[in-house]
Amino acid sequence: MFNEYNPLKKTIFQIIDDNGKVINKAWMPDISDDRLIKAYKDMLFARTADLQIVSYQRQGRIYTYPPNYGQEAISGATGAIIGENDWMVPAFREMGAMLAKGVTLKELFLYFMGYEDGSKFQHAKFTLPISVPIASQLLHAAGIGYAIKYNKEQKVVFGFVGDGGTSEGDFHEAVNFAGVWKVPVIFIIQNNQYGISTPTSVQTASDSLAIKSVAYGVKGIKVDGNDFFAMYKAIQESVKVCLEGEGPVLIEALTYRKGAHTTSDDPTKYRTREEEEAWDIKDPLKRMKGYLKSKKLWSDAEEEKIIPQFKEEIDRQFIEAENYGPYPKEDVFKYLYAEMPDDLKEQERQYERFLQWKAAKVK
Amino acid sequence: MKIMNMVNAINDALDIKLGEDKNVVVYGEDVGVEGGVFRVTEGLQQKYGIERVFDSPLAESGLVGTAVGMAVAGLRPVIEMQFCGFVYPGFNQIISHASRMRNRSRGLYETPMVIRMPYGGGINALEHHSESMEAIFGHIPGLKVVAPSTPHDAKGMLISAIESNDTILFMEPKRIYRAIKQEVAEGKFTIPLGKANVVSQGTDVTIVAFGAMIREVQKAIVMAKESGISVELIDLRSIYPIDRETIAKSVKKTGRIITVTEGPRSFGLGSEISQIAIEEAFLHLEAPPARVSGFDTIVPLPRGEHHYMQDPYKILYEIERIVKY
Repeated sequence: MFNEYNPLKKTIFQIIDDNGKVINKAWMPDISDDRLIKAYKDMLFARTADLQIVSYQRQGRIYTYPPNYGQEAISGATGAIIGENDWMVPAFREMGAMLAKGVTLKELFLYFMGYEDGSKFQHAKFTLPISVPIASQLLHAAGIGYAIKYNKEQKVVFGFVGDGGTSEGDFHEAVNFAGVWKVPVIFIIQNNQYGISTPTSVQTASDSLAIKSVAYGVKGIKVDGNDFFAMYKAIQESVKVCLEGEGPVLIEALTYRKGAHTTSDDPTKYRTREEEEAWDIKDPLKRMKGYLKSKKLWSDAEEEKIIPQFKEEIDRQFIEAENYGPYPKEDVFKYLYAEMPDDLKEQERQYERFLQWKAAKVK
Repeated sequence: MKIMNMVNAINDALDIKLGEDKNVVVYGEDVGVEGGVFRVTEGLQQKYGIERVFDSPLAESGLVGTAVGMAVAGLRPVIEMQFCGFVYPGFNQIISHASRMRNRSRGLYETPMVIRMPYGGGINALEHHSESMEAIFGHIPGLKVVAPSTPHDAKGMLISAIESNDTILFMEPKRIYRAIKQEVAEGKFTIPLGKANVVSQGTDVTIVAFGAMIREVQKAIVMAKESGISVELIDLRSIYPIDRETIAKSVKKTGRIITVTEGPRSFGLGSEISQIAIEEAFLHLEAPPARVSGFDTIVPLPRGEHHYMQDPYKILYEIERIVKY
């Protein structure tokens, strides 16, 4: 596959068309009906949650949030493959993959409501918290890859970044280190066309982002990121390559961010309605549903029935997060060091004395 | 006991930890085959193999960032910054990740890693090879910053640093890498991080310094003694956490304090220590705290470096001034 779709050939790996019809049988992955339906439901759940979070944000019930809307197939395919013991190194737009690892919506809500506790994942193993400094997390993925190889473990790392992140030095250093070390890392670039307002054409003069893999001597492929089957197959092959000790792999997943960069952003300033409509045709859920319906695996009636159930579950977890309670002052201090330095202890005591003074003063 | 210089002592500490803990890996630019530009890691790759002691690509952000990844995955990386002037591409990884992964994840992930970094001037080097920027790093919450001044301390402190579950910036005074030899205990011993060392007792002035400045202060103390001035010398050993207690105790006794540091003066370590003296021993002070430090300038190239560097006379000048105040 990596020969056939070598980025130098400027091809894009696709399996279904815009309506969900299989156009590339040779590479169609073998997935059971049950798994397919589950993957679709997971993507639908992520989308429903995503849209609901934006509305919570509009109601002033959660802080700034970066929507995943339109990019669900990338996380969906990752989530369908990633193992319990594989590492997930997210950027910040991978909700579906995070949920698949066992992160709960409540935890994500807590994070975006302003609690670090949301990053203390209770059930998700081997999952790093969201990383805000762009592309910096990819070096962690490369380092984790080294540890896996060093300990001779059979597992892989998924490291995510956006198209804008490929301009950062850390992106290049990470792919380079991983390439030199031959470590099991799957770098996934979610090329959603924009870094906030800046189009990919302003980020690079390269023909593609996948083509950068060639310079680092690692396998790379440009995939239709709105095609669940293509993403699934590309990731499946990448895992195989990594487990055979031939990693890393760089996947460029071509997609479109249908929502805003974050809830603070206004995309009408930098893109047109026509452009958005052109991408609506390629919507990942619409295309996968087209396939499922053609195989009689899914119906509009089922979808209409399940969405209210999803909404109820999302709301339940949201309300739990809303009722999480106050942020204890101890938590500001106690996680910086394995053992709190005396100076920090004293700062905490001083703050406590201030709080007591204030409580007496402000009645 | 064995006679060692600081290079031997650091090498010995790495050797001991590589030998007893399979999770320890040592890497950096030229540390493998060559044994580092200062030969600190010499012989370790031959002894422990290329998977545990190795050369990295030439990229400092990559060095620190990959170490963060290794550390969250259970290894204990010890990386080498070839010179402190080259750390800045890695600064983002230090301040954005290495120092805050535990806080960010509420203790779910830790980054037990050591960043070794030769620092300081006085070696007739090119630009970017002579800085002492401890203040920048001491200002980073979640990071520990330490600097030994003797081979014995270097060994014990490095072993403690590697065993710590925090991220430690281990600053090595390269000017005295080979200049001081002393007897160092063989085998494993540790020196707790965060505790200063009272090098010599005195009654008139307290001097707080660290790293390569200790030796300069000691020379000044001999000269001061000739004038009948008794100086107490504290080797800070740890920039952060800082040992307030030892500083306070000494200043209460002497009533005067001078800091001797290599970095630029403003917002520097000297200012922080002066503030500690004021907070902890205000009524004992007989003179304003004084600072012997670099200027707020770039360290000049070798021909002009003597203007910038602290030497025994610059220190003696301040000792005499503060005693007469």
